[in-house]
Amino acid sequence: MPVYNEKVMDHFMHPRNVGEIENADGVGEVGNPVCGDMMTFYIKVKEDKLSDVKFKTFGCGAAIAVSSMVSEMAMGKSLEEAQKITPEMVAKELEGLPKQKFHCSNLGAQALNKAIDDYLIKQGRLQIEEGKGCPFCEHEEGEADENSICGSCHAAAHKEEKA
Amino acid sequence: MRKVYLDHYATTPLLPAVRDAMLPFLGESFGNPMSLHNWGDAPRDAMDKAREQVGALIGTDASEEIIFTSCGTESNNFAIKGLATALQSKGKHIVISAIEHFSVMNAARSLEKMGFQLSLVPVDKNGVVNPEDVRQNLREDTILVSIMHANGEVGTIQPIKEISAITREKGILLHTDAIASCGNIPVNVKDLGVDALSLAGNQFYGPKGGAALWVKKGVRIIPLLDGGIQEGGRRAGSEDVASIVGLGQAAEIAAVDVVNRMNKLIPMRDSLIKGLTEKISHVVLTGHPQNRLPGHASFCVEFIEGESMLMMLNSVGIAVSSGSSCTSRALKISHVLMAMGYTHEIAQGSLVFTLGIDNSIDDMQYVVEEMSPIVVRLRQMSPVYDKFLKANKGGQ
Repeated sequence: MPVYNEKVMDHFMHPRNVGEIENADGVGEVGNPVCGDMMTFYIKVKEDKLSDVKFKTFGCGAAIAVSSMVSEMAMGKSLEEAQKITPEMVAKELEGLPKQKFHCSNLGAQALNKAIDDYLIKQGRLQIEEGKGCPFCEHEEGEADENSICGSCHAAAHKEEKA
Repeated sequence: MRKVYLDHYATTPLLPAVRDAMLPFLGESFGNPMSLHNWGDAPRDAMDKAREQVGALIGTDASEEIIFTSCGTESNNFAIKGLATALQSKGKHIVISAIEHFSVMNAARSLEKMGFQLSLVPVDKNGVVNPEDVRQNLREDTILVSIMHANGEVGTIQPIKEISAITREKGILLHTDAIASCGNIPVNVKDLGVDALSLAGNQFYGPKGGAALWVKKGVRIIPLLDGGIQEGGRRAGSEDVASIVGLGQAAEIAAVDVVNRMNKLIPMRDSLIKGLTEKISHVVLTGHPQNRLPGHASFCVEFIEGESMLMMLNSVGIAVSSGSSCTSRALKISHVLMAMGYTHEIAQGSLVFTLGIDNSIDDMQYVVEEMSPIVVRLRQMSPVYDKFLKANKGGQ
């Protein structure tokens, strides 16, 4: 059996909504080349609905397929609905991802959420919390401090190699 | 669709002549070579022959110095753990390079947990170990040095002869992992001056399951597998006769063919390197530009990630590998590229082409043609490339 199923391959080989939106209402970037995957989502919002979603992704086949799927799932949805998209839902829509890819490459929903947050912050509808998150990929986790790394980022390996 | 297999470092195909030599031992000659009755005769004779064939490939006629193993990883584990533990009363310090295969690296790390001490010798930008750096790392209690003959990820061939001059002067054992090189370039244990050498048949058109460790006569080694007296008591367990016979046959063919193979592979390799680096911008050759394995062309393609390139190449019938973290099941970036000083960002774009004797110059042309649009497509969707373009606006 190939590593990626047909649906993942389809989204990887023919990704939907690739690109950048000029004057986007919100931009969300997650990941870092250190982790291996990096995604930037751009959104246009009209009456609290996502009127356009585009992305750019650096990463493996799964990362690209996830980004494409998230963009498709989010398109036309209300902000509230789009915020509810989880990595699990994305993986399910893709009819499964290889186990080792689930955490590291499934950052699309997070990038989309970040873009929505960016929009809400610009609108003055959301406050930013400072000083939290993974130093390698800006992944925000509950108890994360300056030196902690997020679970979805394998920067642990990087740290180990540095030492 | 055209099929182009360029992942010979993962494994080579089996030569038909090798398979033919193996078949009787998967059929009528099924006996155990240790048996005293007649069923043991043919397998025993075949193993003796294979031992001589492997010995001849690496330049020794003392075939009893060859210990058959199940794979290259076992050979390397055996060498590191077996040689080090045999000498632990003399000292507990081991020296290896920073770019060793995991079967050497992790075997040494395992010993570290058991109280041995480990020093890693750095490499330069081309992945070359400086023999003087090996010397710098030697101590009074150093008992073993292990430096690979050639690196499978970047193709660089190491100056083993110069390194062995140092270890011999100091009376320290030197093992070399010649798994990527043996059968692909001439390998002679006497020329190299080493005390132990690992090789694996599936790197030169033999079967997986047929590998060996050569240990110079008089060098003590503690077995990994305790049991019966197979392999002179150094490696217990019923022998995988068919694989051993296949290894022997592949070794005999390689010994005759190695120079022809090199002459065929080098022009193909060079045309691939030239084609890719000239036709696509921001492609860096990794490893030594000249002193590298004949069929080895490895690169970092900037601004994109290796696995996505690998998958897209696969979709047009081309098989390659990559050292990116997404490609590795452990999700770790190549320690080889890190040791050579590449940044994570660049190393994620690693792509490794390992050519074989069934490839043609037309295959290289095909790869270059297919590769360009793949790189363009992936760069178009890469935020890293965007950032680069924005930072260089007006420059290009």
